[in-house]
Amino acid sequence: MTNTAAREEILQRIRSAQVPAAVPVVRGYNQKGPGGVELFAERVADYRAIVHTVTNVPEALEALKGKRIVAPEGVPDEWLIDGVTWLREPLSIDELDQADGVLTGCAVAIADTGTIVLDGSEAQGRRALTLLPDYHLCVVRQDQIAASVPEALQLLEPTRPLTFISGPSATSDIELNRVEGVHGPRTLEVLIVI
Amino acid sequence: MARNPVTWLGSPTFPKAAKEALNDTQLRQNLRKATGTIRGRRAAAVAEMTDWEMLRVAGEQIKDDVLARLDTLLVQLEESVTARGGVVHWARDAEEANRIVLDLCRAEQATEVVKVKSMATAEIGLNEALEAGGVQAIETDLAELIVQLGEDRPSHILVPAIHRNRSEIREIFQRRMGVEVSDEPADLAEAARVYLRQKFLTTKVAISGANFAVADTGSIVVLESEGNGRMCLTLPDTLITVMGIEKLVPSWQDLEVFLQLLPRSSTAERMNPYTSVWTGVTPGDGPQNFHLVLIDNGRTATLTDSVGRQALRCIRCSACLNVCPVYERTGGQSYGSVYPGPIGAILTPQLMGDLHDPLAASLPYASSLCGACFEVCPVRIDIPSVLTHLRAEVVEAKGRTAESVAMSAAAWIFREASRYEKAQKAGSLARFLAKDGKITSLPWPGSKWTSSRDVPAPPSESFRAWWRKNRCQE
Repeated sequence: MTNTAAREEILQRIRSAQVPAAVPVVRGYNQKGPGGVELFAERVADYRAIVHTVTNVPEALEALKGKRIVAPEGVPDEWLIDGVTWLREPLSIDELDQADGVLTGCAVAIADTGTIVLDGSEAQGRRALTLLPDYHLCVVRQDQIAASVPEALQLLEPTRPLTFISGPSATSDIELNRVEGVHGPRTLEVLIVI
Repeated sequence: MARNPVTWLGSPTFPKAAKEALNDTQLRQNLRKATGTIRGRRAAAVAEMTDWEMLRVAGEQIKDDVLARLDTLLVQLEESVTARGGVVHWARDAEEANRIVLDLCRAEQATEVVKVKSMATAEIGLNEALEAGGVQAIETDLAELIVQLGEDRPSHILVPAIHRNRSEIREIFQRRMGVEVSDEPADLAEAARVYLRQKFLTTKVAISGANFAVADTGSIVVLESEGNGRMCLTLPDTLITVMGIEKLVPSWQDLEVFLQLLPRSSTAERMNPYTSVWTGVTPGDGPQNFHLVLIDNGRTATLTDSVGRQALRCIRCSACLNVCPVYERTGGQSYGSVYPGPIGAILTPQLMGDLHDPLAASLPYASSLCGACFEVCPVRIDIPSVLTHLRAEVVEAKGRTAESVAMSAAAWIFREASRYEKAQKAGSLARFLAKDGKITSLPWPGSKWTSSRDVPAPPSESFRAWWRKNRCQE
């Protein structure tokens, strides 16, 4: 790099500051939490996402009929019900922008905070897929719900591209009051499969 | 060396700016409403947590560990980012950082870039530097957009347009976007969505900050609400992230602390709507060119101060602003810097590194030392202690002044009981200036005190004299 001099000088300045070693970190906070489907559903709904608890996914997808929905690679065949125009990769930015919605699974969910986490693996696709369509339908299996933030982070692979989603896109920028619906999907619907 | 743009050129000292701001009743109304709302919501979000204090302590300890091992952790971060296809740049000051970013934009032949809200880029004055170099930076965070379109300055760390109410925002949007819009927050958000959509879909270079960087994995973390962050971090070909060297955490596990502390402290949510994590370049997903610019800009100088360095633990949540009685009344612009409020009062002068600068020297006094900021700080920065420490440094930097001479004289008087009693006796004569038990105006230098508050009239007899007369056994 051209700025080796800057690198060396910054590192030298840090060393000459001689900051004493810190005390060991005490992790006395809760690692677990009550967890569970009910808490997760309640917390997701708190942020104005639509939540359903279902036993049969294809049946719950009936409402998508007549729409153009993005389905990432790895979505189970049984989810791809008739009557829906399924949009499959490769998709351009314009095609994504014009889709009615996107259907995905998830990597992990967090009950305590009502969060779903996508990591780009099976049934989730690259990040743009869940960003451009205005409607995101996310299927969460009961066994994917971690109780707490610490528990969820342990289940994730940090070097994958991760997106933590808690409710639809929102802002608090006007008078510090939360308003839903800015650049990301304005409707988030979560199907919890029990 | 060029001046550090962390303070705005030509800004008056804090007391001068505050005096003017206090006359702006609209501003005070807007701030009272906004900070009042968020204070209540934050308190509720924190009250849900039975382990909040343990999280704060862990947050403090992790950040102290980062400061103690900053050199090794930065080198580790550089290695892990490079191993995953990113390019790391180092910048000693704002000028160097701005030049690096401008060169990167030029290499991509970009004349327009989209930006995610970032304190680091605001601190170094990146937008202005890019503009001077022919590159237009488009702010995409709603509040940043309001400030940019209003040709205004930010007044809050999290919500730079906190000083604007909905009808003022409506006026700015109608004037600059040329659209009809109501003053309903939902309509205003929709107007921003429409205004920025094509920019997101077509711009090739994005610039972001970073909330956290994980040294051992090279992962960068950005928390946001609107999805503008995801747009910038996902759609362009090239992503340039500008980050202060202290924004590290050693390991992935450490994020479990900060992902709980930060949302509740800043927007009073259990979790913010979107958090993005990326590590270098992922083939087929997101930007295929990734640059990380690490900036010092006064941080290593701050690190040398054993009391002041705790300001580098800051995770920019802005909880201290929202609870500060001074901030609530003067607003953020009075602090003359992108870092206002209690954290600004200790961070800005240290990053500036020059206590002879009148604005920097006035900031440690922008506090009543009530301590509310320390109480809410998620990483337990003892802001009041740093304020008093910096006040002492300001006095030292001033050298011999009328005030320091008066203080030495007072010290001489206080050292000897007889001198002290004589001085008390002389002082009690001031009661002849009092009306209704209060002195409302003293001659200079006492006028500096009485211009803003009364002095109670001293009694005719001191307590020591009274004790000697009434209780003394001799």
